[in-house]
Amino acid sequence: MTVGNLPFLVVGILFLIGLLAVLREKNMIKIAIGITIIESAVNMLLIVLGYRLGGDVPVHFLKGEVDAMVLPTPQALTLTAIVIALATSALMLSVIMLLYKHYGTLNVDEIRRLRG
Amino acid sequence: MNWQAHLPALLLAVPLLGAFAAPVFNLGGKTLRNVWFITVSTCVFLVAFALWRDVSVNGILVYVMGGEDFALSLPSGMKLPVRIILEIDAMSAFMALAGSITSMAGAWFSVSYMDRFSGMSRFVSLYFLLTLGMLGMMVTGDLFNFFVFLEIASVASYGLVAFWRDKPQAIEASFKYMVMSQIAAMLVLIAVGFLYGRYNLLNMGALGSVMQMGLVEKVSLALLFSALALKCGSFPMYLWIPDAYAEAPASVSCLLVTVSQASLYGLFRVAFSIYGVSLTNSVVAWAIIILGLISMLVAVSMAVVQHEVKRLMAYHAISQTGYMMLGVGIGLLVLGNPEALAEYGFTALKGGVFHIFNHAMYKGLLFLTAGTLFYMTGSRDLNKMGGLIRRSPGTAFMFVIAAAAIAGLPPMNGYTSKLLIYQSSFAVHPFITVVALVTSVLTLASFVKVFQTAFLGPEHKALVNARKVPSTMMVGMGILTVAILLLTFLPGSALSNLVEPAAKALVDQAGYIGAIMGGAF
Repeated sequence: MTVGNLPFLVVGILFLIGLLAVLREKNMIKIAIGITIIESAVNMLLIVLGYRLGGDVPVHFLKGEVDAMVLPTPQALTLTAIVIALATSALMLSVIMLLYKHYGTLNVDEIRRLRG
Repeated sequence: MNWQAHLPALLLAVPLLGAFAAPVFNLGGKTLRNVWFITVSTCVFLVAFALWRDVSVNGILVYVMGGEDFALSLPSGMKLPVRIILEIDAMSAFMALAGSITSMAGAWFSVSYMDRFSGMSRFVSLYFLLTLGMLGMMVTGDLFNFFVFLEIASVASYGLVAFWRDKPQAIEASFKYMVMSQIAAMLVLIAVGFLYGRYNLLNMGALGSVMQMGLVEKVSLALLFSALALKCGSFPMYLWIPDAYAEAPASVSCLLVTVSQASLYGLFRVAFSIYGVSLTNSVVAWAIIILGLISMLVAVSMAVVQHEVKRLMAYHAISQTGYMMLGVGIGLLVLGNPEALAEYGFTALKGGVFHIFNHAMYKGLLFLTAGTLFYMTGSRDLNKMGGLIRRSPGTAFMFVIAAAAIAGLPPMNGYTSKLLIYQSSFAVHPFITVVALVTSVLTLASFVKVFQTAFLGPEHKALVNARKVPSTMMVGMGILTVAILLLTFLPGSALSNLVEPAAKALVDQAGYIGAIMGGAF
C-alpha cells in the first residue's frame, strides 16, 4: 500500500490547527497549546521527510546490509528541536503563571498595559 | 596547529563558559561575580577582534567542530560536507565584532545598573547565553545550526526581557515576544526541512552550490524571509520590538539591538550566499527595499509622538533597521548586473553594511543613556525629567554624540553611512531618497525633543534626590562613545578596512561556496 503525500497533508493540517489556535484563542494556555502543536507538526515534517518506504534502521552493525534505510539526519534534527521546544514550552507556561499572578486572568484581551 | 586556528570555537566557548561558571563565581560574592562578568565579556571582545584581524589577513576561515576535515568521502568517490562547520568570512567577523563590543559595553553598564536586584547570577548566565546565541548565528556555516543558535538567543532573551518579573508589563512583553518569535523559529525550521528534503544538505555553502530555483526553493525562501524579517523587526511584524526593548533592562536592550541584527545578517546570508545569483527576478530585492522604506517611515512617525524614552528609542531602532534593509536591498537588486553593481549597487551595500555597525554603536549607547536617565530619576517618562545636564554632564555629552549620529548630522558616522545610501538609492528611484531624507529629519526632530525635555530646562521638582551615575555605567557608555568617535573621525580607514571587506564578502557568493566546496566537486 502506498501512502503518497498523506503524511504531508496531516502535517499541514496540524500546522494550520496550531496557527489557528494561536491567532483565534483568547486563553493564554490555549495559545501555548497551539504553539506546541505547531512545534509537533514541524517535527513530524522532518521525520516524514527522512522516511523511506520500507526503510530500515540506519545502523549498520545492528541490521547489516539493507536495501533501504531511513535518513538519520532528520531524526537527529528532530531530537534537537524537541529539546528546544520543551524548554520554550516550560518557559512559556511559567510566564503565563506569572501573568496570572499579576492580572488574575488568562484572557489576553484583559492583559493590555502595553499600548502605543 | 597553533591556538589561533581555534579562534572560531573560542568565540563560542568563552561566553558558554562564562554563562555556566557564573553561578559558581557568584558563590564567592558580588565582587568576584562582577569581575567574572567583565573579564569574560572583555575576552569575548578580544577573541572577536583577533578573529576579525585573522579574517582580514587570511580570508575566509572554515572551522570544523570535532574533526579535522569536514568532508565525508564515500567509497564511490563522492564527497559531502557533513560535519558541523563554522564559516567566518569578512561579513561574519564584522558582525561578531559589532556584537562583542555592545556585549562588553552592556556588561560594564550592568554591573552597577543591576546592582540592587537579586538573581544576578542568573542575569549574568542569561546575558552570556544571549551573547553566545548572537555570535553563533553570525559565524555558523550550517542552516540547522543557525536555527539552534537562533533559539538559544531567543530563549535567553525571553528570560532577560522578563527579568524584572515583579513588573507585569515586562512579563507581558516577554509573552508577546515569545509567541511571535516561536512561530518565526518554526517557520525557519520548516524551510530548513524543505531544503534538506530537496538537496540532502544543510551546509549553506554546499546548498548555494547546487541551488536551482524551483517551487520548493521559493517556498523556503518566503518562509525564511518572513521569519527573519519578523525577528529583525521590519515593518508588518515589528509590534513586539517596542514592548520587548522598552521593558528589558537597559543593558539588555543594548544587546538585543545586535541580536536582532544577527537575524538581519541571517536574512542577508540567505539572500546573498545561498540564493545569490539564482535570484534572477527582483521580487525579493524589491520586497526588502519596500519593507525597509515602510519600516523607516511608519516607525519614525510612531516615535515622534512617544513620551516614554525607551519606547521612543525602540521605534527608532525599527526605523534605522529600514536603512540597512534599503542599502543592502539595493545591492541585492543589482547583484546579477555587474555594471550597475559597480556604479551604485556596491555603494549602497557599503552604506547598508556600515549602517549596521554604526547602528549597533549609537543605538546601544542611546539605550544605555536611557537606562541612565531611568537610574537617576526612577522614571522612563520624559514629562517627569528636566535639567539633568547639571546632574550628569557626561551623560548629556554622550547622549548628544549618539543623537547626532542617529540623526545623521555631519560629520558623525551615521552621516557617512546614510550619505552612501542616499547617493546610491537616487540611482534606483529618487522617491526612495526622499523617504530616507524625511525619516532622517523626523529622527533629528525627535531627538532634539528628548534632549530638550530631559537635559535642558528647569530642574523637575521630583528630581532633588536624583541619584549619581556610578563610574562603571559611565565606562559602559564610554566604550560605545569611543567607538562612535573613532568611526566618525576615521571614516576613510573605517570604510576601507572594516566595511568594504564585509560588503565584498557578502557579494562574493563563489568565494563563500568555494571555501567549503573548494576542489571537492
